Amino acid sequence: MKILYGMQRPDEGEIRVEGKPVGFHTPADAIDAGIGMVHQHFMLADNLTVLENVVLGSEPRRGGVALDFGAARKKIKEISDAYGLGVRPDVPVEDLGVGDRQRVEILKVLYRGARILILDEPTAVLVPHEVEELFDNLRGLVREGLTILFISHKLDEVLRVADEITVIRRGTTVATVDPQEVTSRKLAELMVGSELPSPETRESTVTDVVALSVRDLTVRTGDGRPVVENVSFDIRKGEVLGIAGVEGNGQAELVEAIMGMRPCEVATLTLGGADISRWPTLKRRAGGIGYIPEDRHRHGLLLESPLWENRILGHQTRKPNIKGPWIDRAGARADTRRIVEEYDVRTPGIDVDAATLSGGNQQKLIVGREMSGDPVLLIASHPTRGVDIGAQAAIWDHLRTARAAGLAVLLISADLDELIGLSDTLKVILRGRIVADVDPANVTPEQLGSAMTGAGEGV
Amino acid sequence: MNGFVDRLLGRVRLGGWLAVAAPVIAVVFAVLITSVVLLIAGKDPVEAFTTLADYGTQPRSMAMTLNTGVMYYISALAVAVGFRMNLFNIGVDGQYRLAAVVAAAVGGAAVVPGVLNIVLVVVSAVVVGALWAAIAGLLRVYRGVSEVISTIMLNAIATGLGSWLVSEHFGVLTGNDLGTRPIPDDAHMPGIPLIAGTPVLVNGFIVVAVLLGVAYWVVLNRTRFGFELRATGKSESAAVASGVSVKKMIVVTMVISGAVAGLIGMPELLGASYKYSNNFPTDLGFTGIAIALLGRNNPVGMAIGALLWSFLYNSSNQLQLLDIPKEIVQIMQGVVVLSVIIAYELVHRYRMVAEQRRVGRQLAAPQEAPKTEAAA
Repeated sequence: MKILYGMQRPDEGEIRVEGKPVGFHTPADAIDAGIGMVHQHFMLADNLTVLENVVLGSEPRRGGVALDFGAARKKIKEISDAYGLGVRPDVPVEDLGVGDRQRVEILKVLYRGARILILDEPTAVLVPHEVEELFDNLRGLVREGLTILFISHKLDEVLRVADEITVIRRGTTVATVDPQEVTSRKLAELMVGSELPSPETRESTVTDVVALSVRDLTVRTGDGRPVVENVSFDIRKGEVLGIAGVEGNGQAELVEAIMGMRPCEVATLTLGGADISRWPTLKRRAGGIGYIPEDRHRHGLLLESPLWENRILGHQTRKPNIKGPWIDRAGARADTRRIVEEYDVRTPGIDVDAATLSGGNQQKLIVGREMSGDPVLLIASHPTRGVDIGAQAAIWDHLRTARAAGLAVLLISADLDELIGLSDTLKVILRGRIVADVDPANVTPEQLGSAMTGAGEGV
Repeated sequence: MNGFVDRLLGRVRLGGWLAVAAPVIAVVFAVLITSVVLLIAGKDPVEAFTTLADYGTQPRSMAMTLNTGVMYYISALAVAVGFRMNLFNIGVDGQYRLAAVVAAAVGGAAVVPGVLNIVLVVVSAVVVGALWAAIAGLLRVYRGVSEVISTIMLNAIATGLGSWLVSEHFGVLTGNDLGTRPIPDDAHMPGIPLIAGTPVLVNGFIVVAVLLGVAYWVVLNRTRFGFELRATGKSESAAVASGVSVKKMIVVTMVISGAVAGLIGMPELLGASYKYSNNFPTDLGFTGIAIALLGRNNPVGMAIGALLWSFLYNSSNQLQLLDIPKEIVQIMQGVVVLSVIIAYELVHRYRMVAEQRRVGRQLAAPQEAPKTEAAA
C-alpha cells in the first residue's frame, strides 16, 4: 500500500497503471499517475473550511499570486455533485462528523485528479449507518468509472462492497477470489490460514468479588467542560465489562483517569477494596492494573528500544525487571523470552527494536507484558485494532483465559463484534455519559450502533 | 523530524561496526573539507596536517590536550545528561561560571585547611550549579517555560551576577587583575606526571572526569532512574503511561546536569589558576554541547570528541606559525560536528533498512517453501 502511494520503494517487481509501467519516488508521482490515497487517520486541518482543506497544497492561482477560491469552489461542487458526495465547501472541518470528514478526504483526492483510490481501513472510525453511506458513495464512484482499492480487516464489508477480493497474508498474496463465490468463513480461513477464531466467550466466569469500583467519575477539559460525566460501574473478578461508543465520546479520557494519567473528580475509585484515587500511575500499575493502551506507538512502546527494554516499561518497579535501584538485565531478558514464546511474538530475537515488528506482534508483546505480574484488572483499549486476524484470535484467547482465571477486564473497543462477543456486561458511552446498559447475549451490532449514536436510546 | 532529533542526540543506538564507521567517515570528510578550505586560502593542506600531527605527538602538547580535554569532557557530560531526556540545558555555561565564582570565593576564604578546603570548594560549586539549573527546571515544570529560553537568559544573568560578585564582594586587585582571593597552596589539586618526557603535569581532575564518565554510563544504563530518564527522552507519552513522573524527572535531571556543570571550572580553579578572574576560561558550556553532539552522548564517544576538540584548540597556535589563521581550526571544528551528524544520519538509515530486511527475511523463511511450490 505504501509502495503504491509512493511512500516506500519496492525492492523488486513493477507497478503498471493502465498498462504502462510506472515507478514512484514520492506520493506526488503517485498522484500524477492518478492514484490517490484516503488515509485511515484523517489528514485535515480542523480550523480551515472544507474548501481550504481541499485546495491545500494545490491551490488554484489567479494572476500567479492570488488564490482563485471561486474556481475551486465550482470544481468542488462539480465533483461533489457528479459522485453524490454532498460536500458543503464553506463549513469548517471542525464542525463536521466523522463520515463527512471522510467524504472530504475522498473529495480531496478526486480534486487532484485521482482515477484510482486507495482506502485504508475506511470503516474503522464509522458507525454502521455511516458505513452504509460510505458504501453508497463508493458504488457511485465505481459507476463513474473510478477504480477503488479497499483495504479492510472486516470480512462482511469486503464481501459486500468488492467486485474482486485479494487476500494478503504476511505480505504474500494468498488468493484472489470472487465475492459471489466465497463465504465469509472461507475468506477468513484464507486470511488466518487455519481455523476461524470467534470472539465468543462460552460460560460465564463472573464472580461476586468486585475488583474495580468507580462512582461518579468526571473528567473536565482545561476550560471546565466535562468530557466524562458521572460515570459509575463495578467490574467483578472474572468479568469483562465492555464500553461501546463512537470514538471521541470520552473513552480515552475515562481510561486515562482510571490509570491516573489525567486529573479527575471521583467519589469512589477502589481497586480490590483499596482506595486508589490519590495514587500516582506507577502505584496503580504496581497495585495490579495492566494497561493495553489505545495507541501502542504513543503510549505502549519505546519504538527505538529493544524488546527487552520494552518489557521493563511500565513494570520498572517490579521483579523480574529490577533488583533494588538496579535494572535486572538478566531477569528482564529471560522474561522477555518467555513472553515471546508464550504469546507467539514473531521476532528474530529480543534485541531487535520494537519498531521492526509488525503491529500484531507489537500488540502481542504488550498483551504479554501487561498480563505479567498477576494483574487484578486489565484495561484493554482497542486491543485488536490494526492487528492481523491471527494475532486478533490469539489476543482474544489470552483475554478469555485470563478472565477464566479471575481477571477483571475493562474492554474499550470500536469493533462491535469484539465487544458483543467478549463482554459479560456492556455499557454504552455517549458524550461522556453512560447512556445504556446492554445485554451482550441478545443485542445485534445494528442495535448497538444506534445506541452509540444516540439514535435509539434505551435499546 | 522527531526521529531525526532522537538520532541527533544519540538516543538511538548504532550497533557493531556501524558505530565505528560513522565517526571515521565523518573525520575523513572533515579533513577533505578543511583541505579544500586551506587550498582556497592558498595554503598547503599536507604541510598543515603534517604540522598538526607532529605537534600532536609531542609529550608537552599531549599533556595540554588532556588538561583542556578534562574540562570539555565534564561539560559534555553535563549537557548529555539533559540531552538523553530531551532537555536542552543550554545554561551549562552560566552554571559553571557562577559555580566557579562562588567556589573560588569559598576556597579563597580558607575556612578549613588543606584537603577539606578542596572538598568544600567542590561541594559549593556543585551546589551552586545545581541550584542555578534548578531554576530552569522549576520554571519548566510549574510555568511551562521552555528550558532552552530560560537557560539562555540565565546565562546572561549569571554573567552579570558573577561580575557583580567579583567586583563588589569577592574581588581583590592584584596588579591590573581583579579576581577572587587566591586559594591557599595547601588546597591545590595535585597534578599527575602521566605523560613522560614533559614537565607539564596532567590535572588531577582527570580522575574525577573518568569516574564521572563511568557513573554516567552506569546510572543511565543500569539503574531504574536511568531507564526512566531514557524512556522519557524516547517517548514522553509512553513514559507517562508507564507511570514515570515526568515533572519530577525534569527537575531532577536539570539538577544533576547543573551539579555536573558546577564541576567544569574545578580543574582550572583548583589545578591551574587558583582564583576566578577575567582570565577564567569562558564558553566551555557551549563547547560541551558540540562535544555531546559529536560523541552522541556516549561516554566513550564524548571522551574521544573532547580530546579531538582540545587537540584542535591547542594546536591552533601552532598553525599560526605556518601563517594559517586560527579561524581555520574553528572551521574544522564546525565541519567535524556537521559531518558527524550527517554521517550518523546516513549510517542510521542504512541500519534501519538493513534491520527491517533482516527481520522480514527471518520471519518469511519458513514461508519460502510453499510459495515457490505455488509459483511452480
